[in-house]
Amino acid sequence: MGTGTGIGRVRGLGSARHGARPWWHQRMTAAGNLLLITWFFASLLLLPGYDYQTVVGWLSSPWVATALIVMTLNVFWHLRLGVQVMIEDYVHREGSRFAAIVALNFYCAGAAALAVFSILKIAFGGVQG
Amino acid sequence: MVVSILHRATGNALAFAGGILFTWWLVAAATSATAYDIFYHLVVAAEPGDGVGQVTNILARIVGVGLTWSFLQHLFSGLRHFVLDTGAGYELRTNRRWAILTIVGSVLLTLLLWGAIFFARH
Repeated sequence: MGTGTGIGRVRGLGSARHGARPWWHQRMTAAGNLLLITWFFASLLLLPGYDYQTVVGWLSSPWVATALIVMTLNVFWHLRLGVQVMIEDYVHREGSRFAAIVALNFYCAGAAALAVFSILKIAFGGVQG
Repeated sequence: MVVSILHRATGNALAFAGGILFTWWLVAAATSATAYDIFYHLVVAAEPGDGVGQVTNILARIVGVGLTWSFLQHLFSGLRHFVLDTGAGYELRTNRRWAILTIVGSVLLTLLLWGAIFFARH
């Protein structure tokens, strides 16, 4: 920790000892989610149906696949930061807190990887009806 | 106070119920038409005569309405947090008014959206 400038004194502080960066990422991903999830909901509402052919056809457009991958990463990053703040606020025992944060990270990484892989598989046309 | 708790509760609901449903939907679509049909029959529309499917369809509608409201409530209270982050809106009366408006807005928009979905499909 520096003793000179203001930024040097606060860098690396906070309950997770990461300073203000997660706070800032939380806000940036929130703004991204606002646009991406609104697009996602509007697109789903405009689809003529939710059967296999319609959904896979929609997902195989490069525009849709790309936007959905960006949305997936943005959403899981945002929720990881948000749930971590809740764990830090409500889980007080050191061991349980550590376990909860590890579980949260496994959930986020696993679900995001599954979702992105699935979008790519559909978009690359590897699905046999 | 209530809106702050709602922000966390709805965030959690979206993070887990929303995240798992979203991932299941994509994995099913990427696996096979049969795997997707399991999702489709349980969540969207059951085959005639599929009693279990009829029940899960209704449950899925309830979860759908719940997640829509959660998303909108989280969105509006999130926007309120953006304003509070700038240092504005801390006067008691203003703070209270916007807190109440996030709930009014999320409930009204949820009803409007699901009303539109209901009428478009019937």
